[in-house]
Amino acid sequence: MKIAVASGKGGTGKTTFSLLFSKAIAPSFYVDADVEEPNGAIFLKPTVNSVEDFTEPVPRIIPGKCTYCGECAKACPYKALVIIPPPAKKTLFFPELCHSCGVCAYVCPEKGALIEVPRKKGIIRRGKSGEIDFMEGVLNLGEASAVPLIRELKRRVKNYPGDVIIDAPPGTSCPVVEAVEETNYVLLVAEPTPFGVHDLSLVVEMIEMLSLPHGIIINKAQEGNTLVEDFAESKGMEILYRIPFSEEIARMYSRGELPFGEFEEGFRKVYKRIKEIAG
Amino acid sequence: MKAKEMVIISGKGGTGKTTITSSFAYWLHKKGKGFVIADADVDAADMHILLEPEIKREEEFIGKSVAEIDDSLCTYCDICRQLCRFDAISIAEDVYQIDPVKCDGCTLCEIACPVNAIVMVPQIVGKWAISNTKFGLMVHAKLNPGAENSGNLVTMVKHQAHLLSEREEIPYIIVDGPPGIGCPVISSISGATFVAVVAEPSFSAIHDMERAIETAAHFRVPHGIIMNKAGLNKENEKQVREYADKRGIPFLGEVPFDRCVVDALVKKEVAASACSSVAENLGHVFSKIIEVVDGS
Repeated sequence: MKIAVASGKGGTGKTTFSLLFSKAIAPSFYVDADVEEPNGAIFLKPTVNSVEDFTEPVPRIIPGKCTYCGECAKACPYKALVIIPPPAKKTLFFPELCHSCGVCAYVCPEKGALIEVPRKKGIIRRGKSGEIDFMEGVLNLGEASAVPLIRELKRRVKNYPGDVIIDAPPGTSCPVVEAVEETNYVLLVAEPTPFGVHDLSLVVEMIEMLSLPHGIIINKAQEGNTLVEDFAESKGMEILYRIPFSEEIARMYSRGELPFGEFEEGFRKVYKRIKEIAG
Repeated sequence: MKAKEMVIISGKGGTGKTTITSSFAYWLHKKGKGFVIADADVDAADMHILLEPEIKREEEFIGKSVAEIDDSLCTYCDICRQLCRFDAISIAEDVYQIDPVKCDGCTLCEIACPVNAIVMVPQIVGKWAISNTKFGLMVHAKLNPGAENSGNLVTMVKHQAHLLSEREEIPYIIVDGPPGIGCPVISSISGATFVAVVAEPSFSAIHDMERAIETAAHFRVPHGIIMNKAGLNKENEKQVREYADKRGIPFLGEVPFDRCVVDALVKKEVAASACSSVAENLGHVFSKIIEVVDGS
């Protein structure tokens, strides 16, 4: 089963929950898809077995073969290419604007004048910690889109036979869609504040659009605060678990540690419930 | 004169960007300084919860175009599906379909289709608005869930904030940025006068702060560090100060961790106004930022 963990708002505890949950249901595969700011490894401390470059094809113009006709620059929808015709005969490429779509290579009328070469956009690390398999993507600084790297992480676990936990990025836009798409269930980690509930409502809108089964984990739950419960009730959504607010966990977290082993019985019940709904 | 633009980012989510930006607005308002607030966290905008804006003008935002196939013209040659690098084209019940969420708008299929069965159709991906708040004018936006192009919407929000500031001769713009380091963050910080990166003393937040700082440095935007929730881990706080020292990055000050801030948030109150315990420290941070941008 593939279970994604999302939140809308950042800092609600996606990584904390994902890791404790992965441990509780181990053997499992934890995938850190928050490639802009991956933090899972800080807490899981896996033994890393492999580090690979993540590359995508980008254009390279071959002087001598290029006739400076400008067709590639005209077709590029991202304005990543500029061609200055003769007598100047200059070509400019802005790699950070390129989406590696291949339009430029397709429209180039001169054979061999524009070739595609791999460009490193990040890395993919794999490893293991006890019974938990680990994979993370790390996007290069200055790189605009997290989506292709997340897509590659998803491809690699597509045929994994066991349980995969996908730790998604915050927000509600395309990187989150890429991370949660084609999973069996989405767990939404929410904190009981007005910001937390508002961003939860946005991410729920997105998940409903994708027609994925989903439920709520309340993190930093407090006695007498029913903000998330009220929202869940209004939407007919299920609350699967409440992790109480704990200064002790916050302090452990600040040191790069997590209370592995806690909440395990409860999380295994959450897993059983997800299996009933989506398995 | 172009308004001085100050952007609050953090790398990691939940470190207190909106808490600090809203307090900054409160502080500038009390000092009688004119400013426009821009909420650039367009896929999880929260500033309006605290500032309860009264919308004056609202516009739809047209984002990328996505490909659509006219099935009556399609000859099922499969060229488009084979060429698409975004896995956006699929066959369902013998009909070619393009997933508007996966489509990147690259136009390759449109160019390659031998019978011109594919056209690019512009999408409404969200909306933006200009509003009055108790502290001043605000530009904010809402991206449709799952939509792309949040970077372009961020650029639009900032553009509108600058137009407003020019028209009304407002000297400052404060921008509440998104988490991460990708496209929306790059759009948020590009062209800014100053970027304040909010750290909290946790291992993971420091890791993310460093990536946010390096992103600001990469795009050559002047920047400094605010330590939020100070007192939670002295060792990590020291590490952040040393990092700032070593890199020659201005350390703008620290804001102590206090339950009052969390309680204020639950009551939808601005921290600098509700919590005297943090108001003074926040004031020091803000004066420092203003000093830096006024001197630039």
